[in-house]
Amino acid sequence: MRDLTDRALDAASAAGATYADVRIERLQRQVVSVKNGRPDGLLEDESQGFGVRVVVDGAWGFASSSSLDGREIERVARRAVQIARASALVLAEPVDLGETIRSVGSYATPVQIDPFSVAVDEKLAALLEADAAMRAVPGIAVAEGSFECQRVRKVFASTEGSYVEQTLVETGAGIEALAVGEDDAQRRSFPNSFGRQHSTAGYEYFQSMKLAENASRTAEEAVTLLTAKPCPNEVTTVILDSSQAALQVHESCGHPIELDRVFGTEASYAGTSFLTLDKRGAYRYGSEQVTIAADATIPGALGTFGFDDEGVPAQRTIIVDRGVFKNYLTSRETAARLGESSNGTMRADGWSRIPLIRMTNINLEPGDWSLDDLIADTDRGVFLQTNRSWSIDDVRLNFQFGTEIGWEIRNGKLGAMLKNATYTGITPRFWGACDAVGKEWTVWGTPNCGKGQPSQSMHVGHGAAPIRVRGVQIGVMR
Amino acid sequence: MDELFGRGRFEALADRLLNASAADQTEVVVIGVDAALTRFANSGIHQNVAERNVQIRVRAIVGKRSGVATTNDVSEPALAQVLERAVEAAKRQPEDPDLPDLPGPLPVELVSSFSQATADCSPEQRAKMVRPICALAVEHGLKASGACSSETTEIGIANSRGVRRHELRSSSSLLTVILDDQGSGYAERTARDVESIDAEALGREAVDKAVRSRGAELIEPGEYPVVLESYAVGEMLMYLAYMGFGALALQEGTSFLRGRLGQQVVDRRISVWDDAHNPLGLPASFDFEGVPKQKVSLIENGVGSGVVYDTKTASREGGQSTGHALPAPDTFGPFPSHLMMGAGDTPRSELAKGIQRGLWVTRFNYVNVVKSDRAVLTGLTKDGTFLIENGEVTRPVKNLRFTQGVLEAWSGLQALGAERRLMEGWGGAVLAPDMRLDRFRFTGVSHV
Repeated sequence: MRDLTDRALDAASAAGATYADVRIERLQRQVVSVKNGRPDGLLEDESQGFGVRVVVDGAWGFASSSSLDGREIERVARRAVQIARASALVLAEPVDLGETIRSVGSYATPVQIDPFSVAVDEKLAALLEADAAMRAVPGIAVAEGSFECQRVRKVFASTEGSYVEQTLVETGAGIEALAVGEDDAQRRSFPNSFGRQHSTAGYEYFQSMKLAENASRTAEEAVTLLTAKPCPNEVTTVILDSSQAALQVHESCGHPIELDRVFGTEASYAGTSFLTLDKRGAYRYGSEQVTIAADATIPGALGTFGFDDEGVPAQRTIIVDRGVFKNYLTSRETAARLGESSNGTMRADGWSRIPLIRMTNINLEPGDWSLDDLIADTDRGVFLQTNRSWSIDDVRLNFQFGTEIGWEIRNGKLGAMLKNATYTGITPRFWGACDAVGKEWTVWGTPNCGKGQPSQSMHVGHGAAPIRVRGVQIGVMR
Repeated sequence: MDELFGRGRFEALADRLLNASAADQTEVVVIGVDAALTRFANSGIHQNVAERNVQIRVRAIVGKRSGVATTNDVSEPALAQVLERAVEAAKRQPEDPDLPDLPGPLPVELVSSFSQATADCSPEQRAKMVRPICALAVEHGLKASGACSSETTEIGIANSRGVRRHELRSSSSLLTVILDDQGSGYAERTARDVESIDAEALGREAVDKAVRSRGAELIEPGEYPVVLESYAVGEMLMYLAYMGFGALALQEGTSFLRGRLGQQVVDRRISVWDDAHNPLGLPASFDFEGVPKQKVSLIENGVGSGVVYDTKTASREGGQSTGHALPAPDTFGPFPSHLMMGAGDTPRSELAKGIQRGLWVTRFNYVNVVKSDRAVLTGLTKDGTFLIENGEVTRPVKNLRFTQGVLEAWSGLQALGAERRLMEGWGGAVLAPDMRLDRFRFTGVSHV
């Protein structure tokens, strides 16, 4: 690989680049799907390619190709330089990358069992066992499950002397049951919705997921939801399970702390941020119970790696400290504008995309309440579980979420099941009304975080525990 | 643009892999992409990218077992391996008694899907399109952001039952969000031919909106009559397709059209169809199984009239695919990616007339599904939300959140716009008019 990366960097420099980096990536992915006792697709996916990123005349250019040979890598490097020169025709501010980064090293996801070494039969058998358990529940129209694993091998090299090799492995799976009644359809998922729960780990993670053990309950809940009470429209106390709390963190904290949004460079798609520079250090983002950290070093979490795609080492940064907003997610370029160093969050969705500031693992630090104690301590409210719908405005203030299932809480006990549950709020008011954080902490993997043009989908993680929030508007759909 | 993979190379690859395959049936799909995108923000270009990729997808069917393998390594050993991997994947699958055969060849009506101008679009040309937008924004004390893209896609599909298709498709798009701390405006153009996009006109549209939206006031959420510009209508249409215009959603019971085909579902002036042949859209001749694309009526004069099919969903009903398959293996099901809604006869300038107190909505942002089988969406207004008083657009208001059933809203149609816009869609484009509705439910406001 050294030969190829050297040729890319030399070609870019010879063509006039004042800075250049190159990433060569090879992806291997396997997806196994079942539905209603039948196979629903087996995909063996492989992709390789490289991208060259350059600065010329103070402007950025990037070009990429799937053809991994020396002449092509030189051609693409020169194309990146041509593109950068075109960028310089309409330049707002010249690029300043701040201090030099010279990282040399390697990282590999710790894996006990290589997921590609395990026969498809075994994966299918586990999925079909869960599928059968779901279909055994009367009223289930569709039962489905899927397994996915991927391995990315990537090399990053820059004209500043960085040379980093990484191998990142992910494994995930999930099941879903769809119940269809005369005038309603309801879905339940396990462990999380929209396909799968993911981890940077090997096959051992899939073995630990207990899909079959949870299949009957998942299906029974889907069927029961058909005749459940609709979520009422009222202002009340809400307890979110840890997976929904994780998505709440993702949307209302993870995105607005991206410093590129704050500087307006995502304005045409993802949006900007209410967490403007003047708010850093003193703004009351949430209650004293709320401490949030960005941590790319947690074993097994989906946003864990060794180095970001600018060669900056993975690290941990406090974002919200006991309710007070402290720090952003940064890149070399955005950090330099603040006179700081990058905290290592630039990642690209594959060889054909430029790195952007992306969440790593944005974690709500655990509190000391058990979920049982939280419910027992609540006179009246709702307990909401597993995301079904999400939407938030372009500055990340007004959000609305829906969950697959909910329960009334009456006098410290769970009561009637609720369907079509939704809740809505304004970010700092919501987190400001959070009076308790649980201790049953789970790291959730979000494999579909969208950002950028052309679009990129990033794999990020969120450690979270159940939370209790007072005075929340629920039941918007009614 | 240099040739991506090329028809001749595709033909040779198809012959070689189909002849060498040990599977009972084999499909070879080539998807080549040569794409570039210039992105701007704060009135300058800050990201500028190009991508070139050729993916080979092989689907093998052995008895009633199916597997798919892909690669983008077009070296001889990798191409031999991808066939082997697909056959091995199929053999490792359990039998699916309902697995249909691959489709056979059908007559296809070729469309004009390629633009040489788009294929040749240079980064300098995209910079020339971006520059007047930025200049216009700066002139008005605003900041321009947006994206200008040009893309050529090469699709080649061959199978062992005799299907052999090859096509180059083009698309280009220019969109901008113009903003300052007080307001924002939006405009978008999508076209097959990049030279048909008038960047200056687009800039003027967005700047005008941004200037007029400065100093927005807070307004109480609630039900209001609305004028929805085509940007908002097109987004609702795409989500309708996602929630229920595909046969799989109908067969599984999650489509809002379940039990409602043949019934009035929206106002009778609304008709929606999918038509990949229409030159007003981004034409395509065939789907990812090589099946010719058919025009499919989805809502006709307000009546739910149909859904789109691929080979698998069609075989369940003993019918024929309508040419709407996604690349195998596909768990989502068939999808209409060339959506069109018929225009009405009310000019945009007259749409607010008749509304005593209501809202003008330029576009929606962050729309998502709340309840698929009832076609309920939520999202926010963005880049130009205005109060309408006594038939006139009077002043800007802060962005609002809506939570609304689409069919319910469209049942209250009061007027359908005469002009339509073509917008980027999922896997294609959507052509939609403006509309005036008697009520729309706003459930929150974007404000601290």
